[in-house]
Amino acid sequence: METILFYFFSAFMVLSALMVITVHNPVRAAFFLVLTFFASAAVWLLLEAEFLAVILIIVYVGAVMVLFLFVVMMLDINITELKAGFVKNLPIAIAVALAMFGTIYYVVGGDQFGVEHFATPDRHAADYSNIAALGKLLYTEYVFAFEIAAVILLVGIVAAISLTLRRRPNTRHQKIEDQIAVKSEDRLRVVEMAPHARKGERK
Amino acid sequence: MNFVTPDFMLAMPEIFLLSMICIIMIIDLFLKDESRGATYVLSLISLIATAFLAFSNYTDQSLSTFNGSFILDPMASLLKISICIIVIGVFIYAKDYLKDRNIYKGEYFTLGLFGVLGMMVMVSAGNFLTVYLGLELLSLSMYAMIAMQRDSIMASEAAMKYFILGAIASGMLLYGMSMVYGVTGSLDLATINKAVSSADRVVMSFGLVFIILGVAFKLGAVPFHMWMPDVYHGSPTSVTLYIASAPKIAAFAMMYRLLAEGLADMHADWQMILVILSVLSMVFGNIIAIAQTNIKRMLAYSTISHVGFIIMGFVAGTQAGYGASMFYAIVYTIMSVAAFGMIVLLSRAGFEAENIEDFKGLNHKSPWFAFVMMAIMFSMAGVPPFLGFWAKIAVLQEAVNSGLLWLAIVGVVASVIGAFYYLRVIKVVYFDKPMDETPLQASMDIRLTLSLNGLAILAIGLYPTALITLCVSTFA
Repeated sequence: METILFYFFSAFMVLSALMVITVHNPVRAAFFLVLTFFASAAVWLLLEAEFLAVILIIVYVGAVMVLFLFVVMMLDINITELKAGFVKNLPIAIAVALAMFGTIYYVVGGDQFGVEHFATPDRHAADYSNIAALGKLLYTEYVFAFEIAAVILLVGIVAAISLTLRRRPNTRHQKIEDQIAVKSEDRLRVVEMAPHARKGERK
Repeated sequence: MNFVTPDFMLAMPEIFLLSMICIIMIIDLFLKDESRGATYVLSLISLIATAFLAFSNYTDQSLSTFNGSFILDPMASLLKISICIIVIGVFIYAKDYLKDRNIYKGEYFTLGLFGVLGMMVMVSAGNFLTVYLGLELLSLSMYAMIAMQRDSIMASEAAMKYFILGAIASGMLLYGMSMVYGVTGSLDLATINKAVSSADRVVMSFGLVFIILGVAFKLGAVPFHMWMPDVYHGSPTSVTLYIASAPKIAAFAMMYRLLAEGLADMHADWQMILVILSVLSMVFGNIIAIAQTNIKRMLAYSTISHVGFIIMGFVAGTQAGYGASMFYAIVYTIMSVAAFGMIVLLSRAGFEAENIEDFKGLNHKSPWFAFVMMAIMFSMAGVPPFLGFWAKIAVLQEAVNSGLLWLAIVGVVASVIGAFYYLRVIKVVYFDKPMDETPLQASMDIRLTLSLNGLAILAIGLYPTALITLCVSTFA
């Protein structure tokens, strides 16, 4: 059963990954990427890495990809323009891709990283907690790296704000507190005037 | 798993700097634009204090904590102190430049300090993860610093190019690291080094190539140098100052940690790759620099050639070789920060002294700074008795000692070619008529720092033994 599931999701993953790079529409490509993430989350579940699987879906599918789709839709990319030199560059691209594929296959193919080189991981007990194990590792062995990662996030926040925040003193905007604190005297001035009328006007 | 409480004292400079950055950020939030000077002063104070803490932390053994991800050894202390001092210089030079161009914001200093933190993490890294995270911390801060001049199309383009190429290089580095992790089963550099001999050769070499690629990109060695001229040229000079100086020290440290500590047993494999990088960088850097009329681009190509020399010292793979290479890296940053300081000195509001022509007749305006410029250029060209000469000699000596005589000869020929464009700047400074009569407008602190910087190039050049011995002894 597990083997069937594994092959099912792996095939799913490979196919949708292929679709990501072959479909024409960038929005569709993004959706196929979402599908790839789902399939890999399922494979992770089979490996008993529940936390990672859930995080992959929440963070990547839920946040990153949605943002990505948003940007793709906003940008309105001209596909024909992107495809301009496609045929001309195709032979070189294929040669480079094949060379890369060959090298990588030679290195990471079955010889060095085959299944037989690694022992099957032990089954965990039913009460095994993935999150607790990860948390223990993060806050002990990798605490230094963890803190640096936190600092990187802080830099990300500082950079994003400093690059996008524009103070425009000339823009017109409401001052709510002034509007609430306003009194009738501030707005309405009652002026005493002597009644008078022009010639020919009705009284 | 038994957990040992980390020895926080070893990482005191980093912890102090991080706390100071947070404090400065909060203070900066409440400052008005007129009182931005407080951020600047606080940044300088925290850098001085960090350098002092790094100095007081000095030990002559190699200690590690945080489960091996943090290493404190003499090299780390020395490099941390140099990084802090160099960045102090950068901030002093940058202040007025930023003010004149309306980009005088607290973020320049906080991001700059974050970058210093990243460099310090890289320098002390004992594990693939910390090398990578330190590198990203540094790079991210630099991308943002370049892009801060939002109204300049050049700066945005430079930031974009740097960001995309940097991200690809980081990806390559990570890919290489994952390969090495795959066969050695560890991220810890010391453990990896022990496992190299029993690990699979093919995968290790594959990973090694990608790791070197990432390092070469960060150093800016040919053929991974494409970003440097555009980024140096496009960024505001205040940021070019930063990018061109201290990060090279950190990149050297990264190369040392990854190749000399993590993959020392693969020395024969990485030696040949580094020799190629070194030759290409020295030759191409120096030849292309001749054709440049923009001084920032010229200095970018000059940096590429200096990187070739830094790598040349490294190639030997001996303690003395690493020492010479580190000496070169430190000397390079002293010269580079001074050279870009000169550009800041000549620039003023609404005017960028970017072209070599803008240096015409500097001797008429200020004989003293013409002399400083001459010292910088002679030093970069490697003319005795200036500092750069000793750096070149040390590196060439190591190349000869390790039996790579031809590499040393290529280096000498390349620096002779390079002497042409350095001397051209000196000729422009001394023998050409000034383009305009506007006097120098730089403030007193820039003049003072630049004078000190120029004097340091001369003075350390006259008595180089102390710094050389210090650099070599850290590896003993």
